[in-house]
Amino acid sequence: MTEPLIFEISRPGRCAVRLPELDVPPAELPEGLVREDLPLPEVSEPDLARHYTHLSQMNYGVDTGFYPLGSCTMKYNPKINEEMARLPGFANLHPYQGEETVQGALFLMYHLQEFLKEIGGFAAVSLQPAAGAHGELTGVLMMRAYHLERGEDQRDVILVPDSAHGTNPASTTMSGLRVVEISSDARGNVDRGALEAACKEHSGRLVGMMLTNPNTLGLFDEHIEQVTGLVHEYGGLMYGDGANMNALLGIARPGNLGFDVLHYNLHKTFSTPHGGGGPGSGPVGASERLAEFLPAPVVAVDPERSDDETMFYTFVNPPRSIGRVKAFYGHFGVLVRAYTYIRMMGPDGLRRVSDYAVLNANYLMSRIKDTYRVPYERTCMHEFVCEGCFPDAPEVHALDVSKRLMDYHFHPPTNYFPLIVHEALMIEPTETESKETLDAFADALLRIAEEARTDPALLHQAPHHAPVRRLDEVRAAKELILRWEPK
Amino acid sequence: MLAAVGVRSIEALFEDVPARVRFPDLDLPPALSEMEARWELEELAGANLTTADGPCFLGAGAYRHFVPAVVDAFLRRGEFYTAYTPYQPEISQGTLQAIFEYQTMICALTGMEVSNASHYDGATATAEAVISAINAHRLRRRKVVVSPFVHPEYRAVVRTYTQGMGLTIVGDEDSEVELPDLVSQVDAETACLIAQTPNFLGQIEDLAGLADAVHARGALLVVVADPISLGLLKPPGAFGADVVVGDGQGLGVGLNFGGPSLGFFATRMEYVRRMAGRLVGQTADVEGQRGFVLTLSTREQHIRREKATSNICTNEGLVALAAAIYMAALGRCGMRQVAELCYHKAHYAQERIAEINGFSVVGDKPFFKEFVVRCPRPVKEINDYLLEEEGIIGGYDLGRDYSHLKDHMLLCVTEMNPREEIDLLVEALREE
Repeated sequence: MTEPLIFEISRPGRCAVRLPELDVPPAELPEGLVREDLPLPEVSEPDLARHYTHLSQMNYGVDTGFYPLGSCTMKYNPKINEEMARLPGFANLHPYQGEETVQGALFLMYHLQEFLKEIGGFAAVSLQPAAGAHGELTGVLMMRAYHLERGEDQRDVILVPDSAHGTNPASTTMSGLRVVEISSDARGNVDRGALEAACKEHSGRLVGMMLTNPNTLGLFDEHIEQVTGLVHEYGGLMYGDGANMNALLGIARPGNLGFDVLHYNLHKTFSTPHGGGGPGSGPVGASERLAEFLPAPVVAVDPERSDDETMFYTFVNPPRSIGRVKAFYGHFGVLVRAYTYIRMMGPDGLRRVSDYAVLNANYLMSRIKDTYRVPYERTCMHEFVCEGCFPDAPEVHALDVSKRLMDYHFHPPTNYFPLIVHEALMIEPTETESKETLDAFADALLRIAEEARTDPALLHQAPHHAPVRRLDEVRAAKELILRWEPK
Repeated sequence: MLAAVGVRSIEALFEDVPARVRFPDLDLPPALSEMEARWELEELAGANLTTADGPCFLGAGAYRHFVPAVVDAFLRRGEFYTAYTPYQPEISQGTLQAIFEYQTMICALTGMEVSNASHYDGATATAEAVISAINAHRLRRRKVVVSPFVHPEYRAVVRTYTQGMGLTIVGDEDSEVELPDLVSQVDAETACLIAQTPNFLGQIEDLAGLADAVHARGALLVVVADPISLGLLKPPGAFGADVVVGDGQGLGVGLNFGGPSLGFFATRMEYVRRMAGRLVGQTADVEGQRGFVLTLSTREQHIRREKATSNICTNEGLVALAAAIYMAALGRCGMRQVAELCYHKAHYAQERIAEINGFSVVGDKPFFKEFVVRCPRPVKEINDYLLEEEGIIGGYDLGRDYSHLKDHMLLCVTEMNPREEIDLLVEALREE
């Protein structure tokens, strides 16, 4: 199944949108500045409709089926969120309108900040970062600014566990700081010996540590307070990667565990669609001592313009802000969706999200762990990591298992991450899946393990029933065809 | 399920969490049903005045452009909407092909050879362009020259992003300096010069010769552009720009109080390995059938970690899809027509306002859809009058960012402003 490119169905003179006639006298066009050609496609509306419908049919989303992509929290997203984000009173707001004309929007942002503070245990929140990695950059720059403010400009080291997301070390480098990697212990925790040694070695140069907890193995660090305590003892700050917050709603507040700054992924935990890779939203929460470094602006109550009945909300710049990290105020449309979600869940509903996310992951692990080795076998949180390989089928790899899952109409788990697990399959079922779905997925994995022994070629050649067969990624990188060009 | 796991209660799954902080009571408002949530959100939305409630002449980086119904109709197909980054290409061909087509259309619009799959917005795309330019010079050049007429918030974001990199950013401290004079600040230490066209004041910058002058000093030319203007204007690629970035919000995305929008980033093939962000490339499956995959991921954080070209992971996939549908729907003729409607209407408005006593238009450079008006009174007073008396959302107060432009208003006119609205604005300003 393939679909021609939009350029291949283009025919001269077609257009899917008719615009109004010019209703003012034409002005002279600027001499020498007008382009001669604009090589964009020309298609009718029905052609356009079929093209994008066909393309969508070659895609797999949460609305299609189970999507246990580890670390990505592919939960079902309620449709009401979409309707709310499209209300004309939100969708048609210009970011530079006077504050008195957008009090409804500022109310929503202020209260979302308050909700996230309460959920994460922080003193202040900025909604500006556009995605998780953007929140990381924000948080690391805040930690750097904190030390600079205290005159400790020699501090340039960030500790990052070997199980961390790649964004953690990349955000560190972008902030002009150095990464020192910390190994994990035999139970998947931060190795405390290695941590203490690194703290000593880089004593005086420590900016802090970036930690995902629960980590990318899906494990809650058994010594979390010792870890955060140790980093603090050496003058460092703790950055929390909130990618895995879906395990912690009403379970534990990162702020209470010793984290100084953390990003939330609204598109994961708070149920906004991933859209084929964004838009996300990565608000950052900060403890008392880091709050003044948050990116500008944040929403606050203006006491001078408020009265007993009505609050007046206004944008303010935190006193020692690192600056602004994007134009305007953040992904407002995503914020509306997350606000709607939190209002509809309430405190008990949020707690149940984490309860069921963790129960689902442990149940799924219990179903497959005798067949797919789980290298760190402990009670997991919202996800777990197993090995997608078998001692008696040595030529079969995690990638083959993943591709074969497509034939059973499932989206594969995350492959080959975290890097510390051999042939990793990282599985995150989320709370929105039923026991029937989990069982069907487990049954498919067990059958695939059987196939690996009896008919490994079936796996090597998978997928057999996807819109295309296995694609040649090496060829893509070699030929580098990155746009369509007319023959 | 608990029995299969071997625990007696869900609570027992959380014993690794320190008991002292386990199971906090969240002080949040109680849950609402869908109906109640809708009422609450509708009330909040209803408390705002919107750009659809009356004539609006506010732009300054966020623009009212028409969004045809086809954009949202196909964008909202669940298969697109609820997918993640297309790491598994065999079941993500829809997203991948749509992004490949997006990349092609951005190249066509900007006159460049390669486009990535998107950044968060125009401001962060500009910051990433600076980092690419620094990397292209292998960190040996750490100076950046930026025009004061690049969007003020974009310049702010460039400074935030690069605050740990030890860069010197110059050029915009003199808020009246023009591009030809700015070039003299480009030297052997300079990684790039950043210009914007149409610039923040709406004027079309003269890029002819600029790239040569910048290249002569070994630096790169980064151009921030309005994609709607590129329906009409010669693309920065034709003037020798090395990187073209901008905000794609005008391409069928809508305002949404400033986000989400889309940062586009296009460059020449020579710099493809220095660029940030995801890239979709064409390949074939084992049967020789054409297909698309994410490629050159060895630049990216999940492979290269601390040596990656950027930390970007989640981008604006869905918004890039919206932009692709928009560009395909309007196509060669429609994009030109939108740009011409903006151009002619803005010129009509500018000429009419220039006739009003007390108001004068500023600058003699050609402009696209925005222009500067010197006002007889503070901009805020005029805007308050326009809103209260006529229900008009007026222009942007340039005194916020430029000390020499106190009492100057930046007005924006697009295809969304019928002549009656422009005439109403002119009458209101006359009576004011």
